[in-house]
This record gives sequence, C-alpha cells and structure tokens, in this order.
Amino acid sequence: MAQTNEQNREIRYLNPPTVEVRKKKYCRFKKAGIKYVDYKDPEFLKKFLNEQGKILPRRITGTSLKFQRKVAQAVKRARSLALLPYVTDLLK
Amino acid sequence: MVKQYETVFIATPVLSDVQMKEAVAKYTGFIKENGGEVVYEEDWGLKPMAYPIQHKTSGFYYLIQFKADPTFVAQLETQYHRDERIIRFLTVALDKHAVAYAERRRNNKQAKAAAPAVEEQPAAEEEVKPAEAE
Repeated sequence: MAQTNEQNREIRYLNPPTVEVRKKKYCRFKKAGIKYVDYKDPEFLKKFLNEQGKILPRRITGTSLKFQRKVAQAVKRARSLALLPYVTDLLK
Repeated sequence: MVKQYETVFIATPVLSDVQMKEAVAKYTGFIKENGGEVVYEEDWGLKPMAYPIQHKTSGFYYLIQFKADPTFVAQLETQYHRDERIIRFLTVALDKHAVAYAERRRNNKQAKAAAPAVEEQPAAEEEVKPAEAE
C-alpha cells in the first residue's frame, strides 16, 4: 500500500523531461599541448572566427584566457597580411 | 644580442619571376650584410589576398626567418617602406615556442619535399597534424 502511494505522489510526464547534458568545454590548446598559435595558418584560425570574420568569444570556443590572447594576436596578424579578411560575409 | 625574427612580405603581382627573385635576393642580401643570418626562406608564390591592397587582389608572398640584432629590424622595415614593389610586410620576433614551432614546420616541409609521390598519403596526414598540434 505504502509503495503505491509513493508512486502516485511522483509527477508523471507524458514525454520524459529532456535533461540537457552539456558537453564540458575545454581549451583545445591545453588539451593538444599547443604552445604557439601560428598566424600563417588561416585555415586553423578560421575555427575561432564567426561567419563575418569576427573573433569568437571564449565563452563559445572554451579557449583559456592565455590562448585566447594568442589567438587574437594571430588573427590580427593574419588579417594584416590579407590571409584573413577584416570584414566579410559568409566566411567558410 | 641576437634574436630570431620572421618576416613575411607581399610583393606586387606585376613582377616577373626574375624581378621577384631580385627582390628576394635584395632582402636576404641586406640581412646578411648587416650581420644577420638567414635561417629559412619559403616562397608561397602568387596567392589571392583576402581583401584588395592598393587595388591588387593577389600578391607574391615570401617568408624569411632570420637571426639578427633588434636594431636591425627598423632598418629592414625602412627598406620595405621605400620599396615600391612591397605592398605589405610583417616582421615578428619569435619566442622560444615559436622557434620550436618554426623548426618543426621547416622539418615537415623538407620531409614532405623529400618524400616521393608514393608516400603522398602519410605525408599529407603528417602535414595536417602539426598544424593542429602546434
């Protein structure tokens, strides 16, 4: 008897409630042991840009502060050498 | 004191091959004359640029890694400024990680150049990995 009461007390959903399991972000540089961000490799740097060629924030890429600074520096160098555009649409 | 530097310049696409070689020789010569040491050179060839510079949409890219005195960099950049063939340049000091990276990159390129076409597949893989790993 006690058991059935407890079961009734639980809230029943028609669809099982979706529990969002967020993947933990990580710094890809720390994980891969990268120590130098190369400005000569625009294809790699494109991973840190949005479609307009803007640098993505850390909260999206998960990059650590140390490497975010290096990424930003590298992107800016690549831009000045016309390896990456300053402004664009539909990059990638 | 000697530091390692890396300079990339973009020359106008109107140059012929001979003129381009001449320009490169001028700068490598200039580095050597002033007590520098050219560590590595790399010709990227004619590349399209991401945006037009001086109404030009492509340019000859050339990379030189060299060791020199810090005071020399200003001299080199003055030369660049005076040269009408050079439309853009960038000189960067390399720290210890950058030097290690540059060495690995150099060895990779050489290994790739030395490897025959039969080993195309593994060589291509190796080429991609370091870009990711470093």
